[in-house]
Amino acid sequence: MKAVLVRHLQNALGALGQLSRQPVSTALTIAVIGIALALPAGLQVLVQGAQRFAGSWQEIRDFSVYLRPGTTLAQAKALAEELGKRAVIEEVRVIAANEALADFRADPAFGDALRVLEDNPLPHTLVIRPDAAATTTDLDALRSELSARDDVDLVQLDTQWLSRLAAILDLVRRGVWFTAVLLAGAVIVIVGNTIRLDIQNRRREIEVSKLLGASDAFVRRPFLYIGAWYGILGGLLAVVVLSLGLLLLGGPLSRLLALYGGQFTGFGVDLATIVLVFGGGLLAGWAGAWVAVARHLSAIEPRV
Amino acid sequence: MIQLDRVTKLYRGGREALRDVSLDINPGDMIFLTGHSGAGKSTILKLIALIERPTRGQLLVDGRNIGRLPSGDIPAYRRQIGMVFQDHKLLEDRSAFDNVALPLVIAGLTRRETDKRVRAALDQVGLLGKERQSPATLSAGEQQRVGIARAVVARPRLLIADEPTGNLDGELSMEIMQLFRRFNQVGVTMLIATHDLALAGRIGGRHVVLSQGELAREETSVAAPQPAAGVRSR
Ligand SMILES: Nc1ncnc2c1ncn2[C@@H]1O[C@H](COP(=O)(O)OP(=O)(O)OP(=O)(O)O)[C@@H](O)[C@H]1O
Ligand SMILES: [Mg+2]
Repeated sequence: MKAVLVRHLQNALGALGQLSRQPVSTALTIAVIGIALALPAGLQVLVQGAQRFAGSWQEIRDFSVYLRPGTTLAQAKALAEELGKRAVIEEVRVIAANEALADFRADPAFGDALRVLEDNPLPHTLVIRPDAAATTTDLDALRSELSARDDVDLVQLDTQWLSRLAAILDLVRRGVWFTAVLLAGAVIVIVGNTIRLDIQNRRREIEVSKLLGASDAFVRRPFLYIGAWYGILGGLLAVVVLSLGLLLLGGPLSRLLALYGGQFTGFGVDLATIVLVFGGGLLAGWAGAWVAVARHLSAIEPRV
Repeated sequence: MIQLDRVTKLYRGGREALRDVSLDINPGDMIFLTGHSGAGKSTILKLIALIERPTRGQLLVDGRNIGRLPSGDIPAYRRQIGMVFQDHKLLEDRSAFDNVALPLVIAGLTRRETDKRVRAALDQVGLLGKERQSPATLSAGEQQRVGIARAVVARPRLLIADEPTGNLDGELSMEIMQLFRRFNQVGVTMLIATHDLALAGRIGGRHVVLSQGELAREETSVAAPQPAAGVRSR
């Protein structure tokens, strides 16, 4: 058992040595694999960031209910209290008509126009913050119910753009998987072709080994390890590229999303993504080597 | 140990390289296969190494017909046989030591055991001081001796050699043959294909003569006495 482990370790290190003997072509192959892995991983990180952003939606999901003029402040407060007890609603804030007017007057865009008015044209307003667990459907139902009330004039809730955002995120998520599968296929082809050339270059060594009684598994192993190393090193490069990319793009992107009002926590390459990049790279590299080995190794039989 | 029982070999293209050849190889034999070019000497060796399969007849090893051995079992079978080639088939990008170690690496021996055995084998062929050199920096005779060390390092029961002295001049050829003789004296069965009848005659052993793919005759000669010095007891 220990001997087997030692042999695998020797094989793994031997394959690494083999790669280091052709630094330029190795570096190029790794660069291509690294980019192929970094692309879907980068998208994945962006989607994760967007999802975290979507998690902090409460603020933008806040909506206003304008009460019918003539409704008293006491009535407004009673309604607010009643609504606040509901499961789908986290809290209700009452903005009295005069508070609203004061706010508007403070705004230079409206201030002059409002000063001309003698009466306060604004109604009392309820600002409702839905519970984090409330779905778009819940909110739509809540809107219908409130709009139907006699004391409610207008419910201003735009669930449509929330739905759109969710749909876009879903689309992008699928796109990430699709790209990932495509690029994994590309990695398999790249590694397969590189290993094919490698097998051709080492034809003599393979022939001699087979003459000396090497099994197919023995002959295959170094190439599989080379494939695996390509995958692992490509994965490493992908993680580095990704981290650099986020360092460059993360700041501006955070600011952009913050403009949409989310409590944005920033981007980061999480452990799961790193594991996925390395695992995907390893698997694709190994698979590519397998394809090459299965197709080209058995064709080499010793000639004497 | 190995019996060819009325073995016929037809190569693709219909060329009949061997016809009804029967030959018994016994443990401890020193056999020279001779005959004109194209007589079928290499073909017999290739059949024994399972590089080619017999078309008809049986190839028995320890009583088992290996003519139909599944290809998955060929590697393990080949590991019991040492092979020496005219062009020695050394790997140029590895040192003499690494070339000799290859059969042991394939067999999965530990580093320590490999080290010990490779040194012993190189010592037996008189190349212990040149283990770090690449084959390209060795003379033709030395290259062939590295090839022989590689063939014996895994302690095979049988050593087959196809024209092992084909590229060497008289003096060196004699050296190589004496090396084989010494390995034979410590128990390795030898099967050597050669054109060099005179040389084979000086070494002694069984001389199997092939002609047109058939066994023409067999003679036994006794060698001039050779000191067995230089080969360690196995
Ligand atoms: N792979 C092959 N395909 C077809 N014919 C072959 C093949 N190998 C050998 N032959 C033919 O089989 C016959 C015997 O060949 P073999 O190599 O056994 O002869 P040999 O005695 O070793 O000759 P030499 O002394 O020249 O090496 C020859 O006529 C040869 O042309
Ligand atoms: Mg021949």
